[in-house]
Amino acid sequence: MSVEFLYPEFEVIRNSDRCIACRVCERQCANEVHSFDPARGIMKSDESKCVNCQRCVSLCPTRALKIVKTDCTLRENCNWQNDTIREVYKQSNSGGVLLSSMGNPKPMPVYWDKMLINASQVTNPPIDPLREPMETKVFLGKKPGKIEKDKDGNIINNMPPQIELTMPVMFSAMSYGSISYNAHASLARAAEELGIIYNTGEGGLHEDFYKFGKNTIVQVASGRFGVHEDYLNAGAAIEIKMGQGAKPGIGGHLPGEKIVGDISRTRMIPEGSDAISPAPHHDIYSIEDLRQLVYSLKEATEYKKPVIVKVAAVHNIAAIASGIARSGADIIAIDGFRGGTGAAPTHIRDNVGIPIELALAAVDSRLRDEGIRNNVSLIAGGSVRSASDVVKAIALGADACYIATAALLALGCHLCRTCQSGRCNWGIATQKPELVKRLNPDIGSQRLVNLMNAWRHEIKEIMGGMGINSIEALKGNRLMLRGIGLNSKELEILGISHAGE
Amino acid sequence: MRRVYVNEEWCLGCHLCEYNCAFANSGLKDMADALRGKPIFPRIHIEGNEKVSYAVSCRHCTDPICVKSCIAGAISKSDGVVKIDKNKCVGCMTCVLVCPYGALALNEDGVMQKCELCTQNSDGEPACVRGCPNKAIVFEER
Repeated sequence: MSVEFLYPEFEVIRNSDRCIACRVCERQCANEVHSFDPARGIMKSDESKCVNCQRCVSLCPTRALKIVKTDCTLRENCNWQNDTIREVYKQSNSGGVLLSSMGNPKPMPVYWDKMLINASQVTNPPIDPLREPMETKVFLGKKPGKIEKDKDGNIINNMPPQIELTMPVMFSAMSYGSISYNAHASLARAAEELGIIYNTGEGGLHEDFYKFGKNTIVQVASGRFGVHEDYLNAGAAIEIKMGQGAKPGIGGHLPGEKIVGDISRTRMIPEGSDAISPAPHHDIYSIEDLRQLVYSLKEATEYKKPVIVKVAAVHNIAAIASGIARSGADIIAIDGFRGGTGAAPTHIRDNVGIPIELALAAVDSRLRDEGIRNNVSLIAGGSVRSASDVVKAIALGADACYIATAALLALGCHLCRTCQSGRCNWGIATQKPELVKRLNPDIGSQRLVNLMNAWRHEIKEIMGGMGINSIEALKGNRLMLRGIGLNSKELEILGISHAGE
Repeated sequence: MRRVYVNEEWCLGCHLCEYNCAFANSGLKDMADALRGKPIFPRIHIEGNEKVSYAVSCRHCTDPICVKSCIAGAISKSDGVVKIDKNKCVGCMTCVLVCPYGALALNEDGVMQKCELCTQNSDGEPACVRGCPNKAIVFEER
C-alpha cells in the first residue's frame, strides 16, 4: 500500500569504472543488499535493506562503493523533522514500540567537549612522560578509614578487597548473547594482556573464559542469568546491575531465537526461551534491600571480592549514590544517558537519564560533603570516547572509566545502530555462526590493546603537561578543568570555573 | 620454509584472495584495469560451502609429485618453491591429474599455472595473505 512506503534512508553508489564484479559485497552483506546480474554481468543493489554498516565499503577491493544518505527527503521543517515524521510513519505501519541500538545520537550537550584541561607554564614545570616516571595504576574499592595497630604496634592490614588496574579504564558490561563469543574472547584476551578488566554483562560467563577470571567482573542483574557460586568466585569483582544509562528504569529482553547452544547453557535457561531481565530487581525496593544483596554476594565469596553497584545516571543520582555508598558496596559505577545498548526503545534511549559529566560531578561532591567518599570508588561510563574524556572524568572525581562503544569500534563496529536486528555484519552483535566468524579474536584483541596503549600514552602526556605524575594526584582535581560556553548553573554542578577565571 | 596456510575457522569465503591473486599476477598497477569485465585465472581457489570454506593453493610439497609427473620437464622446485616454466609446458594436464590438492589449473593462454608465492611477480609477498580481511590466510613457518 503506497501510504506505507518509506523511501530508503541510504543510497548505494557504485562506480562502474571501478567495480570488477568480484561479488565480495554480495557475499559479505547479511542484509542482502547486493546481488549479481549474470545476464548483464553487473552488480545491483537493493538499498531499502541497507543499514549503512559500511562492511561492503570496507571490503571492496577497488573502492568502487560508497553509501550516502539519500537526498530524497520530505519538505524541510524544523519542528517536524524527517526522522520524526518517519518514526510516525513506522509506528502507523507497525503499531509497535520503536527500537534502536547503541548510544543516543541526538544533539544533546556533550559536557566533555565543554571542558578544557590545564597545562603548566613557567611557574610550575610540566613533566615529560618519556623521561620521568608516570603512574597510571589505580586501585578500586573501599579504602580504610583509619590505621589499626596490634598490641605490639605493628600495622594491621585492614585493606578491603581491591581491583588493581594498570590504567583507569575498563571494558564495561556487554553480555554474551548481546555480543558474540568472538567479541567476548577479544575483550577478555585484551584485558588480560593490558592488565585491566572486562565485564561479563548479565549473560553469565562462558566456560571457556573462566581462565580470564582475574581480568573479569561478573555481573548479577535482575534476570540473575548464569549466576552460581563458581561464577561469583570466578572474577575479580562482582557487579550488581541496577540500571543502564541507555535505558534507565527498564529491563532487557533477549529473544528466544538467540538463546541457543552455549548461550542457553551459559545463561542457565532453556533453549528458545526468552531471556527477560525485569525492570527492577524484585528483591530490591530500598537501600536496605540492596544492602542484603551486597552482603549475600560478599558472604558467597567470603568477603574476598569487591562489590560494584551499577546505576544509570538519573535525576536524583547524588542521593542514590549516597545510599549505595552506605549499603556496603565497594564501588559505584554510574552510566550516563549517552551509553550504548544492544537494543532499547528509541524514545527511552533518547530521552531518559542525564549526562554522565553532571552526574559524576554531583555524586563526587555529595560523597565528599557527607564524608563518605572513601567508602567507595567511582566508575564513570556512558560515552567516554577518548583519552581526554578519561582525563576529564578523573579530574571530575572518577576513579576509573568504563568504555564499551569505543571498544566495539576497535573491534570493527561502524555504529550503524541496528544491533537489534541480530545481523551484525562485523560479527559483533550477532549469534549467527557465519557472521560471528568475521571477528577473529587475534585481530580484535590486538586492536583493543593498540587502542588502550594509545590512550595510556595520551593520558600520560596530558597529565605530564599539567605537571601531574599519577592518576591519584589528578583524581577530583577540578582546578585542572575550566568550562567553555557553560552557564553558571552548569559550572556550579560541575564544580569548575569558567575559562579565563 | 614459510608456506601459505589457511585457517578455515576464520575463512569467510569472500573470495578476495582469488581477486588479489589474479591482480598480483596481472602485471598491471590498477585492479579495475586488470580485472574489470574479464574472467579471472587465480592460483588460489575457495572451496567449501556456506558453512565451511577455505582457500586452496599449492602446498609446495617436500616431494612434489607434479614435478615427477611433468612430461615436458616444465615443473621444477628451487628454494623450496615449486615453479612452472611456461615456455616448456605443453598443456598435457598430467600435473592436474596427479596433484592431490587440485592446486594447478590452466591460465588464459592454455598453459599451466600455479601459486609461486608471489616470488615471480612484483608483489614479493603473497598477495592473498596481505589482502585477507580476517587473517585466515597466513604465510608462516610450521
